[in-house]
Amino acid sequence: MLLYIIRRILFMIPTLAAISILSFAIIQLPPGDFLTSYAAQLAQEGDLVDEEELEALAQRYGLGQPIYVQYWKWIKGIATKGDWGQSMEWQKPVAELIWERLALTVVLSMSALLVSWFIAIPIGVYSATNQYSILDYSMTAFSFIGLGVPGFLLALIILYLAHSQLNMNVGGLFSEEYMLAPWSWAKIMDMLAHIWVPMFIVAVSSTAGNIRITRANLLDELNKPYVETARAKGVKETKLIWKYPVRVAMNPFFSTVGWSLASLISGTTLVAMVLSLQTTGPMLLRSLTAQDMYLAGTFLFMLSTLTIIGTLISDVLLAIVDPRIRLEQ
Amino acid sequence: MPQQEIAWIDRTPDIPQGPPALEEAVAEDEKLFVASYLQLMWWRFIKHRMAVISGILFIILYFIAALCEWVAPYLPETSFIQYQLSTPSRIRWVHDGRLQRPFIYGVNTKMDLETARRIYTEDKEVVYPIRFFVRTEEYEAWSLWSTDRHLFGIDALIEERSLGVVQGQGLFILGTDRLGRDLFSRIVYGARVSLTIGLVSVIISLVLGLILGGISGYYGGTLDNAIQRLIEFIRSIPEIPLIMALAAALPIDMDIIVRYFMVTVLLAFVGWTGLARVVRGRFLSLREEDFVMAARFSGSSEIRIILRHMMPSFMSHIIASLTLAVPGMILSETGLSFIGLGLRAPAISWGVLLQEAQNLRSVALAPWLLLPGAAVVLSVLAFNFLGDGIRDAADPYA
Repeated sequence: MLLYIIRRILFMIPTLAAISILSFAIIQLPPGDFLTSYAAQLAQEGDLVDEEELEALAQRYGLGQPIYVQYWKWIKGIATKGDWGQSMEWQKPVAELIWERLALTVVLSMSALLVSWFIAIPIGVYSATNQYSILDYSMTAFSFIGLGVPGFLLALIILYLAHSQLNMNVGGLFSEEYMLAPWSWAKIMDMLAHIWVPMFIVAVSSTAGNIRITRANLLDELNKPYVETARAKGVKETKLIWKYPVRVAMNPFFSTVGWSLASLISGTTLVAMVLSLQTTGPMLLRSLTAQDMYLAGTFLFMLSTLTIIGTLISDVLLAIVDPRIRLEQ
Repeated sequence: MPQQEIAWIDRTPDIPQGPPALEEAVAEDEKLFVASYLQLMWWRFIKHRMAVISGILFIILYFIAALCEWVAPYLPETSFIQYQLSTPSRIRWVHDGRLQRPFIYGVNTKMDLETARRIYTEDKEVVYPIRFFVRTEEYEAWSLWSTDRHLFGIDALIEERSLGVVQGQGLFILGTDRLGRDLFSRIVYGARVSLTIGLVSVIISLVLGLILGGISGYYGGTLDNAIQRLIEFIRSIPEIPLIMALAAALPIDMDIIVRYFMVTVLLAFVGWTGLARVVRGRFLSLREEDFVMAARFSGSSEIRIILRHMMPSFMSHIIASLTLAVPGMILSETGLSFIGLGLRAPAISWGVLLQEAQNLRSVALAPWLLLPGAAVVLSVLAFNFLGDGIRDAADPYA
């Protein structure tokens, strides 16, 4: 098992390298390098352009040198000093800006993932075991609609309804007084009070998908001989369903944790903009429109790394729940 | 789950009683045996009721997209200066206690000086019946000929004040936007962009998916491995942030049409992996089939085997996955345009229209600005059900 995990971790390295190259390529996409725009911005704001400082920055990021040198300097800075580059717009190192937002994104997507499982699995199991019942039909209808309504639209509708019917503002992750406050116990409690609405909005479409997956997989499993055998031996129906076929039917969940995480992070991006959450989405958009490319590239790199880690977790989970995979090697 | 009763002796008679029933059954079987593949698929498809309804809706939607100039009562840029953010016109049937054809009352605008908002009140004296094939604004149909007939509308005089700005009563069945432009007309025009962008990008990703997935499944080995790693790599990057980053690199002052194609290509570039996996799976299962072996032994070339023997047997599956891939593209485009990185005004797509509803203030003031979202949901649902039906019908022998 340990060997398996180590091997999976080693497999991650080339993928991470590829992602870092892609993120770097995106940093390079806009015309001109960031120093020129940085100098232009400073000049525009009436600040004195400090030639020496510019020179130092150019040295640090290898600007003006061939692309691969720049890439190497960038990646070396990350690996050795944790230096992700400089955000022009905020005039701060990128590293100071991203962590809190990344953490909030992870909290939001992970909790949405868990919520969607907790809702989807029982409903999917019920739908499969009571096929063509009224609840099955209504859940199928719900899952189709859930897949059809984009998250940001749902967020807008809920914002509007909460505002017009309940006169409440459901946007944001924190109350105003905690918005800029440093982290404290009270701030965490405040976040827990606010996180529900965004969490459910993000979870809706993946819940809808998961209901359909559970139902389809379980329907396949229910006709298999081992279920019949267990039934013939007199195992109680509830125990039988939950102990054998459900466990098999849930395997695809574990094997796709990484991808569901990717799609949840995607979904969170747009929902966060509508609900003005302090997650990565809004800041990524701002950095992209302001061509603050080190910040944007770092976000892309970190979000992808998150899903790679998600894939690793999913491999390990799958090996735990499905012995066939452990034995294969 | 009810236990099925197992009878060791099958007591149901094998032979139906009486000759007429037998003949009927044989005739029924005969019909099934001689039916062509397409015929079987059709029979299977029409059994899926939601898919049939969605199919009809699909045809109507694309019909609207194709004929949007004619379906929309006004041009998308015509702004009715008196009716900014006007509520949807109330369509009525009863005037003076008598039932008559649908009509709207004339609407007067008054400015509320305290809130600086316009108040619209109906003038119960002035009646504008809604008619089909009315003559109002002139437009160029498919830039071929110009005409002024619209599918429906009201006979009301519209006076052009300056370019694109008009005065007079209009029919706004879904209300108007900030500049007094008819929302229904704009949604109809948006259909052309939003519905085609999904189709075109799916077709581009099909080409990519067919080539890469085909190579992967047909040749296998190292090439297969490499392509599979590439697919896994692309899928592990969160889709929306990736498209956002790529779209942000497009120059802002791009021509509308060029931008449309660039967005399409971007969507296809990120979205081809799903289709490639389907194609690869079909190739893998088919290449071991006897008929492929037979074709190879009779000396068919590789390309002939693929096009002539393998393609027909998985075409229906591909069409089903294509149909199911379109909604994702439509949703991505809508989301991208919504945050301002996809298409931009003056281009009209449902995502661009939703941009107006971006903050709570404008939605609270004019909730009908959310209606382009309803169009998105409707077409996404139609595609999903249709794809579901085609997928079930793709295997009529199952």
